[in-house]
Amino acid sequence: MIAAIGGLRRPDGAAKLTGAADYAADTPVDGVTHAALVPATVATGRIAHIDTAAAVRAPGVLAVLTHTDMPRLKTIGSPPLGQSVLPLQDDTVRYEGQPVAMVLAETFEQARRGAELVRATYADVAVPRAFGDGESVTPRPGLISGNPAGRVGDVEAGLAAATTVVTATYTTPNRHHSPMEPSATVASWHGDQLTVHESTQWVFGTQMALAAAFDLPADHVRVVCPFIGGGFGCKGFVWPHTLLAAAAARVTGRPVKLVLTRAQMFTSCGHQPATTQTLTLGTDDDGRLTAVRHHSVNPTSTFDDYAENATGGTRWMYASPAIDVAVLVEHTSRQTPTPMRAPAEGLGMFALESAMDELAYALRMDPVELRLRNEPAVDPMTGQPFSSRPLPDCLRAAAQRFGWSGRPAEPRSMRDGDELVGWGMASVTMDTFRLPSSARVRLQADGRTIVEAGTQEIGTGLPGVLTTIAAQTLGVDPGSVEVHHGDTDLPETSGTFGSSATMGVGSAVAAAATELRDKLDALAGTGAYPRRLADAGLDSLDAEARWDPAERGEGRSIHTYGAIFVEVRVDPDLGLVRMPRCTATYAAGRIINPLTARSQMIGGIAWGYGQAMLEESILEPQLGRFLSKNMAGYLVPVCADIGDIDVSFIEDPDTDASPLGAKGIGELGAVGVSAAIANAVFHATGIRVRDLPISIERLLNPVWDAPTPTTRP
Amino acid sequence: MKAFAYAKAPDLAAALAAIEDPGTSVIAGGTEMVNWLKEGIATPERLVDINGLPLDGIDARPEGLRLGALARMSDAAPVVAAEYPVLAESLLCAASPQLRNMASLGGNLLQRTRCPYFRAEVLLPCNKRAPGSGCAARHGETRTQAIFGWSDACVATHPSDFAVALAALDATVIIVGPRGERTVPVTGFYRLPGDDPTVETVLAPDELVTAIDVPAGPHTRASHYLKVRERASYEFAMVAVAAALAHDGGVVTDARLALGGVAARPWRLDRTEAALRGVSLDDTEALRAAVAASFAEARPLAGNAFKVKLAQRATLRALTTAGSRGMVAS
Repeated sequence: MIAAIGGLRRPDGAAKLTGAADYAADTPVDGVTHAALVPATVATGRIAHIDTAAAVRAPGVLAVLTHTDMPRLKTIGSPPLGQSVLPLQDDTVRYEGQPVAMVLAETFEQARRGAELVRATYADVAVPRAFGDGESVTPRPGLISGNPAGRVGDVEAGLAAATTVVTATYTTPNRHHSPMEPSATVASWHGDQLTVHESTQWVFGTQMALAAAFDLPADHVRVVCPFIGGGFGCKGFVWPHTLLAAAAARVTGRPVKLVLTRAQMFTSCGHQPATTQTLTLGTDDDGRLTAVRHHSVNPTSTFDDYAENATGGTRWMYASPAIDVAVLVEHTSRQTPTPMRAPAEGLGMFALESAMDELAYALRMDPVELRLRNEPAVDPMTGQPFSSRPLPDCLRAAAQRFGWSGRPAEPRSMRDGDELVGWGMASVTMDTFRLPSSARVRLQADGRTIVEAGTQEIGTGLPGVLTTIAAQTLGVDPGSVEVHHGDTDLPETSGTFGSSATMGVGSAVAAAATELRDKLDALAGTGAYPRRLADAGLDSLDAEARWDPAERGEGRSIHTYGAIFVEVRVDPDLGLVRMPRCTATYAAGRIINPLTARSQMIGGIAWGYGQAMLEESILEPQLGRFLSKNMAGYLVPVCADIGDIDVSFIEDPDTDASPLGAKGIGELGAVGVSAAIANAVFHATGIRVRDLPISIERLLNPVWDAPTPTTRP
Repeated sequence: MKAFAYAKAPDLAAALAAIEDPGTSVIAGGTEMVNWLKEGIATPERLVDINGLPLDGIDARPEGLRLGALARMSDAAPVVAAEYPVLAESLLCAASPQLRNMASLGGNLLQRTRCPYFRAEVLLPCNKRAPGSGCAARHGETRTQAIFGWSDACVATHPSDFAVALAALDATVIIVGPRGERTVPVTGFYRLPGDDPTVETVLAPDELVTAIDVPAGPHTRASHYLKVRERASYEFAMVAVAAALAHDGGVVTDARLALGGVAARPWRLDRTEAALRGVSLDDTEALRAAVAASFAEARPLAGNAFKVKLAQRATLRALTTAGSRGMVAS
């Protein structure tokens, strides 16, 4: 069994810090042509005419491609495609920002200038369909993570029996992933062999989509992506620009490089849809839940049903004899949404954990105690046993580290100078996505160990994790291990999403390394492995293995957990909130690399702070466009926003999840932060903010809501 | 981005000669111009680079400051910190260290609005970008727009922090052009939008800002710049206040107040300034009433009524903070 070795530093760190690491757009390709997209400026309508004359005459422009001269592409559906509509296939405009033309030129600047000179005119332009204007419907199957609806017990009866009922509606805004590295594709054809350098979280998904689009066998498409400059979900699936670059390369017979602009990043690779969530909780006098209802509705495109599974965590979070969850969608004029760190629970836990705080006030009960009283023995909806359920340990440990016990319960009871001080907390959970992966491990007579897996490094430190696992399994020095990754020519792995890579690829590496160790042990002789290889007259020996999650965990409810406590300072005159400190304790299986695991959670908490306090992409209702497509108009946190963060882990090896005992971790840190902050803001001010982000105007009203949800005798 | 020619001006005369041609624009620090070029907000035929001109002096004299138009924000801030805290604070809470190292003081004054409709990557209905195309913001997203001095043609605000502090200190802008040198108070440097929001300042296309003069006085030490914004750093102001006071034993003898983020120019609170004379800084009710005197004329838009309340509270806070500095007045 693998033991954590205290935090191997990222082996890829130096290359990234010095700029030596190659990202997709850095790839040198001889004779490359630069592409630039022309996005639609209306949200719904039909292309009437595209005037390309000025663009074609511009210096350096080689070609302008529109729907009339692009090859017809075949679809494989979504996923792996981010949306079902393929680019430049017809004259229908379905969302603002949809590509209507592509300019190819000798330089990047010439291509961009050419794109500015293309004049598209539109017909049948209609009023954009906005969220809230239409009907909420049950989503068709497809882009849903989990079941959209579920019910156990009788919620109405549970509410009738309750002595305290809290019901409230919570909203979260549209958000954009905004990775530092914009999406980029470099595509080149050699005969019917296609090579694509891509910024993607899933090289094999990209391979699958391109093979389908051009009707090729998968092994005719090679996708390369060693490093990603952030993805957060917007590079998880395959979006139009990737298909366009490959199609343009085929049409022109030259390699094509397409790098999206920052503005195009707001309309080209999905977004997190807004949600409107209604929570109803009923309890008896002891604070034990008698009923839980959680319904969510989110906007999707007119052509795909992306259902944000915001009610997912409510299925297993608290014991209740009656639970009713449902997700509906509404068709609007926009691109298809996509998962964004942290999808599902990242949104739903804002509502559930805010409602639990409201319930704690209604019951005059400590919010930690309320959660402990509703700890389930088994999964409350399925009746399955939990593979592990250390939520109470997380709650108690984090409360103690934070110093929660001294907290006066009344809102507005702590003050420091001009500032009101508030403490708030939330439980944290994420589903555990377990995805199959393969890996190969080779030990060479020169003493080096090579780990090979197709997976891409998204910034989480996966090469270090795989190095640790291989070194531990083989008993070799981590410094002698090299990880080769980010290439469909290497063993197949799943995507770097769903917080699944350490568990999936890590388990495959452990299996391959174990098999290799057995082979090495079977060699004659004694001493170190390289010596034994040499003695046997071998240059190297390798083993390849595949890990399939179906091999274990059947019938178990497998999730990760945590608890987060925050202190906020609120300037009530100016409506400003700052978060000087935050304590979080997580249970997420065996922690393979404490150093990068801690980094992940700190990053997740900063990400959650953005959700709570800053991020909102306004979809302008008149224009049907995301209004501010730049980083001055779409705010994410900066270092000055983030106070002290205390992260700790509870050792929780879960061999139902994976043979390593590891579980998903990456997105867990982003969950619960917004609820904990909103709860702390209520404690500080007496103002309950149910709509994110917590902006100035929501706190400027000096009249505070006394905590008086309905209490029945 | 449209292709353009680029040349360095060897001296002021050459720079002035170059901009007599209406297709030529000036580039200094470039932190704004490059944005405009990339978004198509500016499409000059030629850029003349004035960074080589000897206009980067930062002179602190007994009678006041003379700040060269090409002095960088990060260079000016430490020099003015002790005697003019409102100026230093307005410089240091703006942008990021990297931008402040590049951005010139003259260029800072000539920033253009952050209105999201104006800053879009494509042309939206915006009379500032395309005269006659309308103002999508007027009945659109108005959270960050003006509450004073707007017109149906344009509801945008000016983004500079530094200009707000200068306006409060009665600074003047030194302008040089083919008709010679002239001096304009910062408060009169900017124009309200009226029917033509494309013309934002009184600077003619063939003129250059060469320096900024800030008069000394007993009020400059007891001064403060308060910037209210949701992100703790690197964000434009939702509302900002520059306050400078002279007081005698806590009784105000002279007050100067300007707001940022509320209009197309720094907005001086003349009525409040008058009402504050003789008021004790301990008398919160009297201070509040004096502040309110300037807000009767506020005209909030559909989505920014909160800014009227926020600006008054911020003004009160800035006043008391400024009053706690420089205890002895003239």
